Amino acid sequence: MAPPDAARGRAGSGARPGSIKALINPAIYVFGFVPAVWTFYAAINDQLGADPLKVLERSLGLWALRFLIASLAISPLRRFAGVNLIRHRRALGLMAFFYALLHLTVYLWLDQGLDVGLIWKDIVKRPYITIGMLAFLILLPLAATSNAYSIRRLGAAWHKLHRWVYLAAAAAALHFAMVVKSLTAEPIIYAALVAGLLLVRLLPKTRARKVRSAA
Amino acid sequence: MLIRRPPDIASSEITPKELYLRRREFIGGVVAASVLGAIGVEDARAAKIDAAKSPLSTTETVTRREDATTYNNFYEFGTGKDDPGRKAHTLTTAPWSVKIDGLVNKPATYTLEDVLKSAPLEERIYRLRCVEGWSMVIPWIGFPLAAVLNRAGVQSKAKYVAFETLVRPAEMPGQSGLFQPLPWPYVEGLRLDEAMHPLTILASGMYGESLPNQNGAPLRLVVPWKYGFKSIKSIVAIRLVETQPPTTWQTSDAGEYGFFSNVNPEVDHPRWSQATERRIGEGSGLFVKRRPTLMFNGYADQVASLYAGLDLKANY
Repeated sequence: MAPPDAARGRAGSGARPGSIKALINPAIYVFGFVPAVWTFYAAINDQLGADPLKVLERSLGLWALRFLIASLAISPLRRFAGVNLIRHRRALGLMAFFYALLHLTVYLWLDQGLDVGLIWKDIVKRPYITIGMLAFLILLPLAATSNAYSIRRLGAAWHKLHRWVYLAAAAAALHFAMVVKSLTAEPIIYAALVAGLLLVRLLPKTRARKVRSAA
Repeated sequence: MLIRRPPDIASSEITPKELYLRRREFIGGVVAASVLGAIGVEDARAAKIDAAKSPLSTTETVTRREDATTYNNFYEFGTGKDDPGRKAHTLTTAPWSVKIDGLVNKPATYTLEDVLKSAPLEERIYRLRCVEGWSMVIPWIGFPLAAVLNRAGVQSKAKYVAFETLVRPAEMPGQSGLFQPLPWPYVEGLRLDEAMHPLTILASGMYGESLPNQNGAPLRLVVPWKYGFKSIKSIVAIRLVETQPPTTWQTSDAGEYGFFSNVNPEVDHPRWSQATERRIGEGSGLFVKRRPTLMFNGYADQVASLYAGLDLKANY
């Protein structure tokens, strides 16, 4: 979240063109869509069982949550493990948004058949849908400002705006935990990951530095 | 030059005459098995069952057997929809017995074979509506639960019927491990008049064959006007009682699941609407149009009178 990294992120990865590092971000965008393409393909070809729509809807939502978690892991990785992947955070964050968009589209179109009345009732009456919509609405401006122009233009406000991703991730994890009929290991693990990644950000920075200098 | 004599054929290798004479049956069997295999009858152990057609059957399109046997909620084998289909083959269903006790004149443990003699088997094609918002049409084979209850002799004090599913963690992988989604045994209950209703059946088969394990073999309840979870699977005990028995989902979350759990498009589940449903296998692949859910799952004419004067919103 430090300004220099964001500024460096201006032309994609910032790595030397032609180097292996410069290929990582394009690879995230290309391979990141493999689960979506594969699941769509399998759904159309009757390979997802009796209720392909539910499998597709759930899979897209889960991948959105996974990419969100990956993007949230970047700064703790740098701070506590000394691994700097900050150049790839934008790609991961955008993938999370793309999957959330696909997930929402499948829900609105294939699941609810674009029945506006039904959908509106769902949004206002069902807390898990309300919370899911909230997560998506937060991601919307974040994705829209994920470009060098916005970073320059918004300056310090950009960082303030992008902290909303914490709330989006918490809402997404809660949304998942609330959909399931009985709480199983899977939603609990995802919620714990999100909680952990948010909580480590609360650790005082000075202490972390002391630990490192003592080591 | 060495001339080798061919060895005598060991007598153990000669096909016995009676088998030899039945060789055409054997070839016929192989052909039949491969044809059945080709059309997708995967469970070779399933036995064909003769059952009379019932006027209580719906004429709606029956769900594909493959869908009905691979998309199941049977948490004893895991919470995934495909878990029961993949894991339930480990369950031993023979021998099987059902304990019928409580307020009955003849409390006893009946063998499955004995229970099945209670009444002639019928095919009942029923709609099945899951509380999760999907539905199927299943050709069950069974007989009215009332036949079994009458045999045991229901005492006048009995007001409810309690049911219990098998607990056998060694064969039911969902019953062991760190995260247990539900307390075991799975229990369900009906009011006596619901249990005695002619639509309420005990099923031992579907699609013309004995029940696959994932669908609740060897004996399950089917109550077509209630959400699917009321139709308890792999029953080991039936008890007649005076007071309303606890049910698993109600115990697990009373705010979301009530004792009655009648299909009702006007009473939503707290987390999702019950106004519409997706019929599994309808439409093509991803493009399944939702259909309106019917009151009492379309069985209102037969069962609405059971609930005359009852507030269905309060008694969900």
